[in-house]
Amino acid sequence: MQIKQISVFIENKAGRLYDVSKVLTENKINLRALSLAETSDFGILRLIVDKPDDALKILKANEFTVGITNVVAVEVPDQAGGLCSVLAIMDEADINVEYMYAFVEKKSNHAILIFRFDNLEDVVDTLHAKGLKMLSEKEVLSS
Amino acid sequence: MTIWNKKDETQGKKELQTTQSSRLIKLVNHLYHNVAFYKDKMDILGVKPSDIRNISDIRKLPFTTKDDMRDTYPLGLLAVDKKEIVEIHTSSGTTGKPVVDAYTINDIDLWSEVMARTLSMGDVGSEDTVQNAYGYGLFTGGLGVHYGSRRIGANVIPISGGNTIRQLSVMQDFKTTAITCTPSYCLYLAEVAKEQGIDFSKSSLKVGFFGAEPWSESMRSEIEEKLHLKALDIYGLTEIIGPGVAAECLEQDGLHIFEDHFYPEIINPETGEVLPDGEKGELVITTLTKEGTPILRYRTRDITYIETSICPCGRTSRRMHRLLGRTDDMLIIRGVNVFPSQIEQVLFKVEGVEPHYQLVVERKNQLDFLEVQVEINESIFSDEIKKLESIEKKIEHDLHTSLGIHTKVKLVEPKSIQRSEGKAKRIIDKRNI
Repeated sequence: MQIKQISVFIENKAGRLYDVSKVLTENKINLRALSLAETSDFGILRLIVDKPDDALKILKANEFTVGITNVVAVEVPDQAGGLCSVLAIMDEADINVEYMYAFVEKKSNHAILIFRFDNLEDVVDTLHAKGLKMLSEKEVLSS
Repeated sequence: MTIWNKKDETQGKKELQTTQSSRLIKLVNHLYHNVAFYKDKMDILGVKPSDIRNISDIRKLPFTTKDDMRDTYPLGLLAVDKKEIVEIHTSSGTTGKPVVDAYTINDIDLWSEVMARTLSMGDVGSEDTVQNAYGYGLFTGGLGVHYGSRRIGANVIPISGGNTIRQLSVMQDFKTTAITCTPSYCLYLAEVAKEQGIDFSKSSLKVGFFGAEPWSESMRSEIEEKLHLKALDIYGLTEIIGPGVAAECLEQDGLHIFEDHFYPEIINPETGEVLPDGEKGELVITTLTKEGTPILRYRTRDITYIETSICPCGRTSRRMHRLLGRTDDMLIIRGVNVFPSQIEQVLFKVEGVEPHYQLVVERKNQLDFLEVQVEINESIFSDEIKKLESIEKKIEHDLHTSLGIHTKVKLVEPKSIQRSEGKAKRIIDKRNI
């Protein structure tokens, strides 16, 4: 139950974020979720898109430095305590979150949480054993 | 105004040339018969010691380069028996093998003499207190000034570099009258003094001797204004003797070259052709009197020109203009020589990093900062900030280990470094000096 996340290296200078989104738009790639992490020198743009393999190819062809990483998506009810209940399970299992971000579903009244872990396979197994429902790529993209 | 060695420093041109000629003849004879390196070089050019009859024949002799000095490391250029050597200094060796200067007792005597001349340029005498903030150790700056001060009979405070707060308290407690350090450190000292509320208009300082890095007239004005002293430019290099090759007098109009010991020529760096006085080119120096490691026609890679006008101070030696640049891409960062090729070598060794880089030099708060911009690539890219930051830290650490300077490493996007005709522009020097 892992989904593909595209990451793009972005130098801290005007117009670079626009350049990425323009390339994706021109190639009709739809963003499902994104997060931007930054330091004083550079930023890392993380994207969940509808066609990750295409996005990877297109961005590379446009000379961006791109990576692809597996992350975990978890669906929670869009209400107080949604995130907390998931984090409680992770805390109990002593799982360290590298980073996370979230987006809200319009149709379903749910929120989807994206998690990045270091030792992904083990974590997925543990979470699975704890009964946490993780979404498949198809579920994330179609939700 | 005091002239340390009135006889030698004010001699007429003819007399000087006679001295230079006899010294050169003696030197070439000695080197040809005692140092295989020079014999080989002269044989290749077909020059015999007997071809050297006066100083103008010097242009028949082979050049010596920094690479030659490295290739002969450690003591391949030694011209005397090893037991005659009493002291050794070397360059930092950051560009590969260090350059060695081996001194006999007479060489130390010569060094003391030329440094006594240097300090006398700023009217330093036995009643003065010299705060020597050049580094002591293998670096020639510290001990060079030390020997000169001793020769004059001045009180030398061997405080060495760094520890700014202590520099300031020592300066006040012992009523320092002369300071020696790099010009950028001097300005830093002034900055810290201001924070500490120290008023230099009431200080005992009267003169400063600044060298080991390029500086400018505007920096001079700033130093003189902030520290209320006369700022003099001094020149030297490990290959020749250390400091004491040339120095400015209080006229501040070019550096008097101690040419009875260090013979200067200016050449076209591309053709090697000797240029007339007044024309700009690469400075070449021959040590006429050194014994341990004498050097024939050393190519300094420093660009300057020679001034022949008469100096009102009374000294008759020719003078070199303040340095105008380099023939290579060497950068001087806080007194440390840095070549882009060294940075490249370090980058090569960091796994996954490609040597696509650019160097940006800036001067902030009077200190030089070097930013190394390194292009990222997919093999080192990560979606995690901390992994990318650890690569930056790793490169900074490796650069510090091998160059001895702190740098700021910044990852940039591929191909963001400007390339012209396929060749990347490696250095952006934003220092206004």
